[in-house]
Amino acid sequence: MKRASIISREIDPASLLNEVSSPQYGAISLFVGTVRDVNEGRGVSAIEYSAYQSMATAELERILDEADARFGVSALVVEHRIGLLGLGDISVAIAAAHPHRAPALDCTRYVIEEIKKRVPIWKKEHYADGTREWVDPTRAAEASTA
Amino acid sequence: MSTVTVQLFASYAELLGAPTVELPITPGTTVQDLLIRLRSLPGASSLPVTPRVAVNRSFANPDQLVAPSDEVALIPPVAGG
Repeated sequence: MKRASIISREIDPASLLNEVSSPQYGAISLFVGTVRDVNEGRGVSAIEYSAYQSMATAELERILDEADARFGVSALVVEHRIGLLGLGDISVAIAAAHPHRAPALDCTRYVIEEIKKRVPIWKKEHYADGTREWVDPTRAAEASTA
Repeated sequence: MSTVTVQLFASYAELLGAPTVELPITPGTTVQDLLIRLRSLPGASSLPVTPRVAVNRSFANPDQLVAPSDEVALIPPVAGG
């Protein structure tokens, strides 16, 4: 059972755990990403997430299929939220269940890393000083290696 | 003349001031050709030299052919998670 969704309501991690849970699995790995109050030294007050929804869902589904092929984890659910999120709000949650812990842990790590590379979701950070800016991780990567 | 709709998102939609643009295409038009035509639009000069492009909800290569019915989108640097 695999499911990928882009949603605009609050993410409930417990419901993801329930969804993948089964007596055949001895391990469930849950990754939860939340909105942090600072980025690159600037105070953040909120983040506005947007997506190319049809492709984001398709790309998430491809990532889940890859993760299944790599780690043998077929009980795998991911939800990414879009819209205006406040500090501490959950932006993404991934639950992976497997008979053993290593594939479950590796799987959630793989899914979040791939999301950051290639799922068409964007965020505009709202800063404490009232300014707003699109986050460009490629620019941040260039700056950190400069 | 045939056209194709190109969807724009996030920072790219702000640069060009619209969520979509219509570009002319002919048989044999590639993703790279579309990018060249796009660059002549107001605001497009600030786009990166080779922005990522998706055709029918998958990332596309520069030499991929584009048809009028294709769903084409320019993908700004992603920042999910």
